[in-house]
Amino acid sequence: MSKPKSKNEWPLWEVFIRSKAGLSHKHVGSVHAADHEMAIENARDVYTRRSEGISIWVVESNQVHANNPAEKDSLFEPADDKIYRHPTFYEIPDEVGHI
Amino acid sequence: MTIKEALFQYTLRQGDTSLILGHRLSEWCGHGPKLEQDIALINIALDLVGQSRSYLEYAARIEDKNRTEDDLAYHRAEREFKNLLLVEQPNGNWGNTIMRSFYYDVFHYLFLHELVKSKDEQIAAIAQKSLKEVTYHLKHNSDWVIRLGDGTEESHVIMQTAADELWMFTGEMFDMDEVDDILMKEGIAPDLKPLHSKWLQKVKDVFTEATLKVPPEDAWMQSGGKLKGIHSEQMGFILSEMQYLPRAYPDATW
Repeated sequence: MSKPKSKNEWPLWEVFIRSKAGLSHKHVGSVHAADHEMAIENARDVYTRRSEGISIWVVESNQVHANNPAEKDSLFEPADDKIYRHPTFYEIPDEVGHI
Repeated sequence: MTIKEALFQYTLRQGDTSLILGHRLSEWCGHGPKLEQDIALINIALDLVGQSRSYLEYAARIEDKNRTEDDLAYHRAEREFKNLLLVEQPNGNWGNTIMRSFYYDVFHYLFLHELVKSKDEQIAAIAQKSLKEVTYHLKHNSDWVIRLGDGTEESHVIMQTAADELWMFTGEMFDMDEVDDILMKEGIAPDLKPLHSKWLQKVKDVFTEATLKVPPEDAWMQSGGKLKGIHSEQMGFILSEMQYLPRAYPDATW
């Protein structure tokens, strides 16, 4: 449930940073901003000061939908006893290198 | 005046303007209207102080009198500072601060575009590094001028007032003297005259989008800081705060 917006508060934006080419964007935090352009600048100023990134995504926080925390058990616990889903039952030859 | 003396003065002018604007912006630390904008201004302040270090370190080397960049920053008197009067003007409100930076950023950006072609390798290298930083400063502050100029009735009035009040300090950016003449002949310094019309055009473009009026082009302009070290009444207060610690505790380290 989103709270009614205060007239004087900028909306919140979730910030995702790609740290280098080939990696995916990762959630790093959030910023306040009046619109998406300001959100990107603010994210640049707050989250990339120490060379953390080469690409920024911002998503308005109220556009993010989450699962109901009460359904945690039914959603996630069934996976706990299915260890065969992990690719750990075979050896990768050294020649394959990094995958 | 020798080339060496001219080059020393020239690097001081660039270094001092960056230092004083950097110091002014750093006064916002912890006082920004939003955490995000607080950090944004401080990032810009740090860029400028970094640029200043490069210039003053080079100036000290040119001077060759056993002074360091810290000596130049913290142990010179007011009249020896060669920064633009514009950048020593008080922070005022957010609009004043943004407008002051915007006027300078437009100039700084155009100036660096020329300075990267300098035949002095050190100066060209500093300009090259600074240009990327200043490209962002200009974008950041242009965006704010547009947002607030074309914002609410109140923000529009604040921005127009700031634009008008600071206008008389903009002419000084294009002042030149013997120092420039000597270095222009050497291919070290750019001619500032052609930058004036480009500067005006960019300001007009942004102001049009921001629904702000450009003050009259033939307005009277205040100068004297960059060429002569004659400052406004603000400068003494800046130096007393900026230089207090190294003067009170000359051996202080951190």
